[in-house]
Amino acid sequence: MTLATNPSVAEAAEEVETSRRHRSYGRYVLGKVLGSLASLAFVLVVNFFLFRVLPGDPARNLSRGRFVSKGQLAAFNKTYGLDQSVPQQFLTYLNNTLHGDLGISIKYRVPVSQLILDRLWPTLLLVGTSTILAAIIGVWLGIRGAWKRGGAFDKASTGTSLTLYSMPEWWLGLLLIAVFAVGWGPIPGIFPTGGLHSVDAQPGTLSGVLDTAWHLTLPVITLTLAYLADYSLIMRSSLLDELGEDYLTTARAKGLRDIVVRNRHAVPNALLPTTTVIALSIGFVVSGAITIETVFSIPGLGLLGVDALETPDFWVLQGTFMVASAGVIAANLVANLLYGLLDPRVRT
Amino acid sequence: MSAVEGDGSTGVPATLSARQLARRRRRESFLRSWRIFRRNRSGMLGLVILAVFAFIALAAPLLASSQGLEVTQATGGVLEPPSSQYWLGTDDQGRSVLTLLIWGARISLFVGLAATVISMVIGTLIGLISGFSGGWAGAVLFRLTEWFLVIPFLPLAIVLATVLGRSLFNIVLVIGVTSWPGTALLIRSQTLSIKERAYIERARVLGAGRWHQMSRHVLPNVMPMVFANTTLTVAIAILAETTLSFLGLGDPTRVSWGSMLDDAFQVGAITTGAWWFIVPPGVCVVLVVLAFTLIGQALEEVLNPRLKGR
Repeated sequence: MTLATNPSVAEAAEEVETSRRHRSYGRYVLGKVLGSLASLAFVLVVNFFLFRVLPGDPARNLSRGRFVSKGQLAAFNKTYGLDQSVPQQFLTYLNNTLHGDLGISIKYRVPVSQLILDRLWPTLLLVGTSTILAAIIGVWLGIRGAWKRGGAFDKASTGTSLTLYSMPEWWLGLLLIAVFAVGWGPIPGIFPTGGLHSVDAQPGTLSGVLDTAWHLTLPVITLTLAYLADYSLIMRSSLLDELGEDYLTTARAKGLRDIVVRNRHAVPNALLPTTTVIALSIGFVVSGAITIETVFSIPGLGLLGVDALETPDFWVLQGTFMVASAGVIAANLVANLLYGLLDPRVRT
Repeated sequence: MSAVEGDGSTGVPATLSARQLARRRRRESFLRSWRIFRRNRSGMLGLVILAVFAFIALAAPLLASSQGLEVTQATGGVLEPPSSQYWLGTDDQGRSVLTLLIWGARISLFVGLAATVISMVIGTLIGLISGFSGGWAGAVLFRLTEWFLVIPFLPLAIVLATVLGRSLFNIVLVIGVTSWPGTALLIRSQTLSIKERAYIERARVLGAGRWHQMSRHVLPNVMPMVFANTTLTVAIAILAETTLSFLGLGDPTRVSWGSMLDDAFQVGAITTGAWWFIVPPGVCVVLVVLAFTLIGQALEEVLNPRLKGR
């Protein structure tokens, strides 16, 4: 562009350049959106066949150990559309799912979509808070550890992260309940052992909100520690990747202070992979909540799914599975789009 | 040794056959890797922990009688605290927790290893084929991998375990078929880079078929990567077994660390303060998973010296 002596030519060249960049990002977005739609279609198909083609007939499963007459079985199959042929069932299923109809819960006798909507917010509150906390603390730990690699702080934080990473998060939850909710030795149990709020809590008031926060303290700490391990290890290793780069030597040679080199030059580049990992992990909202909600008996999506195992409430299982997969696909898409925006090199 | 015996009675080989040469080279490279591995302190720590647990699992019948697993043969009281007779107390059925722990090691390690074998075979095959054969077959397999990657692992495993029923074989199968996509992606990217190397082209020019190139040239070169990945997969598989058993999806007739924790949770060991029923199984899980993770990281470092000092 320096060759262009005429300013208007330079402007035009720049315009072409910008529009090309826009177009290439547009193509990148289009490709990713189409890919996500294909994944969604795949999940829709898997979801159907998982429950109908594999061994295990819903009607027979439900009546296991109970006396059921042929008439009752036929009536059950008719209510749930199981008397139709498989292709016919598949079409009905596709049509219903696309219209937001996920079937009716066998246990609760209400539409599954309604159940899922009701149970969504405790899960989002729990996992959302934990993800934000874990991201902040994890990134900070990773930066400190990598910058003074091999130091006492690094060794302690890496060791802790690896141990947390090797721990079933629900077991950590059990330990926290035993110590801080039940009480152990001199430590009094001050937190509730489970639930989302006290029986007499007034939702919507300040005391109601505080009551919920008090109930969510232990589960949020548990999940935060579990996620923290992942994030700090990723942040640490991506910052270590940057340490050998030439631009850091240049920055130091310019005489910049160590803290500026770290925060202005190294960290922004190292944050890229970490951002992707965090965005991806948000998609695993439901998975992450399953065990923690079970242990702390929080009425969220995870507990809904686990409870549905016992009946087994096939349509609830199928619905939660659908929501869980759709969440991952959406988060995947967001992570990809974000990465494409932050790092133009990946738009190929 | 085979290199020396190669020429028969003289004891001194005039020339080595190609196979002997390859075997010797492989042994040397293995010893070289082992020397690097031995210098890695956390990797060696992992190996020692693992050796201890492997011994416990193999020697379980010598360490504790399997009668201690029978509810009807239980001799202790309900949730008795640790004593000289029951070092780690008793469970809600009066069985010794230590006995359960020793026998549980067998199931937990077996499920972890068996599921990993399934996952590695599927992952390596799909990764290899999708990386090596371009065209639509490769594209389809790659798409399939990506799809399986977006299906959340735990919900899929739970649904599969529910649909298939609860048995040891099924839990191995469920963990195996849900944990391969990561391996497949890794093997695929390795295969893609090896494919472009000169010796593959040479083999192709000499008339080697696809199968020969894949099995004789690409596979041996991705094997070390598979190996490092395997140990990390075992860690994940053991965690998955523990979680699925805790959710009541394990084999109801076998004791594993996960099923012990499920029992402990169900009988309210937390509120009654029976820590000896909750802490030991969890500690065992953490130690074994940590051991596999440390070994896996050390192996990756051996294979990829760029990672040194992480």
